[in-house]
Amino acid sequence: MSAGNMNLTLKVWRQKNTHSEGKLVTYPISGISPDMSFLEMIDVLNEELINKGQEPVAFDHDCREGICGMCSMYINGRAHGPKRAITTCQLHMRSFKDGDTIVIEPWKAKSFPIIKDLVVDRTAFDRIIAKGGYISVNTGSVKDANNIPIPKDKVDEALEAAACIGCGACVATCVNSSAMLFVSAKISQLALLPQGQPERNSRVLSMVEQMDHEGFGNCTNTGACEVECPKEISLENIARMNREFVMASLTKKKKKNTGGGAG
Amino acid sequence: MSKLDSKIPEGQLDQKWTTYKSKVALVNPANKRSLEIVVVGSGLAGASAAATLAEMGYKVKVFCFQDSPRRAHSIAAQGGINAAKNYQNDGDSIYRLFYDTIKGGDYRAREANVHRLSEVSGNIIDQCVAQGVPLAREYGGMLSNRSFGGTQVQRTFYAAGQTGQQLLLGAYSALERQIGLGTVQMFSRHEMLDVVTIDGKARGIIARDLVTGKLERHFGHAVLLCTGGYGNVFFLSTNAMGSNVTAAWKAHKKGAFFGNPCYTQIHPTCIPVSGDHQSKLTLMSESLRNDGRIWVPKKKEDAEALRTGKKKPNEIIEEDRDYYLERRYPAFGNLVPRDVASRAAKERCDAGFGVNQTGHAVFLDFTFNMKEKYGRTEATKLGIEKPTDDQLKELGQAVVKEKYGNLFDMYAQITGVDPYEQPMMIYPAVHYTMGGLWVDYNLMTTVPGMYALGEANFSDHGANRLGASALMQGLADGYFVIPYTIGAYLSAEVTRMSAEKGKTDSIDKVKTNHPEFEKSEKEVKERIDRLLNIKGTKSVDHFHKQLGHVMWDKCGMARNADGLKKAIEEIRKIRAEFWKDLRVLGSGDELNTELEKAGRVADFLELGELMCIDALHRNESCGGHFREEYQTDEGEAMRDDDNFAYAAAWEYKGEGQFELNKEELKFEAIKIAARSYK
Repeated sequence: MSAGNMNLTLKVWRQKNTHSEGKLVTYPISGISPDMSFLEMIDVLNEELINKGQEPVAFDHDCREGICGMCSMYINGRAHGPKRAITTCQLHMRSFKDGDTIVIEPWKAKSFPIIKDLVVDRTAFDRIIAKGGYISVNTGSVKDANNIPIPKDKVDEALEAAACIGCGACVATCVNSSAMLFVSAKISQLALLPQGQPERNSRVLSMVEQMDHEGFGNCTNTGACEVECPKEISLENIARMNREFVMASLTKKKKKNTGGGAG
Repeated sequence: MSKLDSKIPEGQLDQKWTTYKSKVALVNPANKRSLEIVVVGSGLAGASAAATLAEMGYKVKVFCFQDSPRRAHSIAAQGGINAAKNYQNDGDSIYRLFYDTIKGGDYRAREANVHRLSEVSGNIIDQCVAQGVPLAREYGGMLSNRSFGGTQVQRTFYAAGQTGQQLLLGAYSALERQIGLGTVQMFSRHEMLDVVTIDGKARGIIARDLVTGKLERHFGHAVLLCTGGYGNVFFLSTNAMGSNVTAAWKAHKKGAFFGNPCYTQIHPTCIPVSGDHQSKLTLMSESLRNDGRIWVPKKKEDAEALRTGKKKPNEIIEEDRDYYLERRYPAFGNLVPRDVASRAAKERCDAGFGVNQTGHAVFLDFTFNMKEKYGRTEATKLGIEKPTDDQLKELGQAVVKEKYGNLFDMYAQITGVDPYEQPMMIYPAVHYTMGGLWVDYNLMTTVPGMYALGEANFSDHGANRLGASALMQGLADGYFVIPYTIGAYLSAEVTRMSAEKGKTDSIDKVKTNHPEFEKSEKEVKERIDRLLNIKGTKSVDHFHKQLGHVMWDKCGMARNADGLKKAIEEIRKIRAEFWKDLRVLGSGDELNTELEKAGRVADFLELGELMCIDALHRNESCGGHFREEYQTDEGEAMRDDDNFAYAAAWEYKGEGQFELNKEELKFEAIKIAARSYK
């Protein structure tokens, strides 16, 4: 059993609800073991707060193995903390030093309103998926899986895009609060696969429309999203989405101009 | 006479499902639109059921406690999903998958359900691929397979180490499509806190909006509980932090029998506990056992030296290593089922051969396959005639990285040790619960109109689940079983509705204004107030950890009558203390995560007792249930088929009181036999 020996100063964003003002509150914490995960460190803080009769810090978390996408948090100004390619729940205290001050804040983006403390509302992502992030196939109406041979490299590339966990770090990191990395990951996955072809054009148009409607900003190619993405989703997806969007827009316009003959 | 009617269709085993499907009553499209279905939980079972039922025309409401249906813990499943496709031409068949599952479950599952599961397994793969799930492919473009424990064929489909994520996102996208079409109404950050029954039938639920704290009434002609397992009763498990038994337990208290609660799966390959701060345990996929060899030192002094850091694992020479699974089970070796592998690890560690500081860890070592299997193949491909040891290592590492890279990274992240250089250290941890709500062939609980799907039910895995079968069952239940079986009940509802059409007090008109909804809501409110008003001194986690310790020590990997009796006493004491000294700050009309946890732990404190009662009554060892009194001279589990070849279904009779009902298990297609992997 590892004995805890780190002393830290935490500055944590506390906000009662969406409508109230929030502020950073300072909490000294001691006896932290380097083997603890970052969230276990917050568990320790919360246990102490409860023992003192103070309300614990609310934060989103669930699987604690880096895949559900529920945990969020800015840690010292970086989404998911100082290390690359991991979520907050995978961050361990050995990444910090005794005596460190750690600032912990929620995602801040117009389209992700704060619910309480570190908890934000990311349902805008679901609403974008509901506008086309799928293949329209009903249960039971399909043929044998091996009837659709797919080149290995295509599937591997699709999987890389599909690895997105929908945590929102890309939006939180972006100066424009753009959701393009998230949206483009889904568009790429489906555009790369033969199954995704029939709805290829309509998908990109309606998902982008919903993305704009939710108030997410535009992409100005700063690349910050890719750096902070815990699943290393590539910027190339955004480039692909832009191509898909242009192609789909052109096709759509053509149809209008011909008066809908094939309509 | 037994109160249980499993409703297994007549006929030959392999014809039952086909015949059932062609005879089951249908509901016509117009009527479907007036039928409402409540689905609780949005994991593989819940999302697939909700999407499919909505596609069929039903009005569906889905509830999940997370912020999005995509977060459900199915997402964390790593290794794969079984299907009897026989794509590898290695002799697989529907019968063989069925047989492996029954044997893997130590002959404690219901034949008819398992056969149906096996029959629809192939359809699942077809469905997922059609949805755009990027399952792994070979260079020729065909789907790839890997091996899992308890089988001798390759039937496991996968997407790197994130199969659950990809399958769940497939089901989630199907669900979101229906939400976009308006056929499903989604309620995220909502927790079900009671099932409402009227005249003995499930008619809806009481849910709490976790953001506002408001209690809501939701009507349904049927209620589907797809709420997963209850492994978190042990506090430490591989489950997500929020995974809980609350929905199933509320259903149990409203009349649904609880099946085989003591059957828990302890997964052999998890990252060992590192300290008291530990909040959860992380699994290292079973797929790693394809390429990893499990060992401890042969000599106690070596184990001692490893524990104190005086020796490194690589310094223990080959002759001094005990590959105990290969030694004890030559036919299956490192690929024995989970329960067998877990017990063998415990046996070695208890005997003093554990390899980490706490003495509770064994090695999972990839060196051999990395060099000899992959390194050599790659060297041959490259035409290197006499590769050096370093070359073999380097070439092999690249292959291992492609296969298991994300798992190796996760291990390094959590432990701070590089698994490419040092063997992994692993130890068994609570992972899955085979027990759950008792259901009949239709997946209906003992409460009419209330169904349980996926891990929440008890039906398919007997006393031990095989790897890669949980994803299969969740999706089988949701995509392919419930869409048919729910018709049997709802078609009768249609008849009732038309008979009651003119009546103003018909439930279809009264809906949530019915006094039972009012009563149920009042009870939920009172319980919340009670939790908030104890105003004691100890946190929820304090009690949860206490419960977890008792469960792990006395109702974990090995159990005995004395221990279980003590555990029951201790759990009662913790429960009494909980209701006297719990501290939940804040109020009930806001986001209050402590209050949510308190409600869940209160239910775990009742379930834990039932698990011990069940484990105590089952005087045999089978699958994940190992009673120390019942073992062979070689330490293998000893079943008692004469007295215990039944599913135990417990009926709630008031706090701490449960009545046993038995469903006899009849084996017609398979000859019940001793389970051997030697």
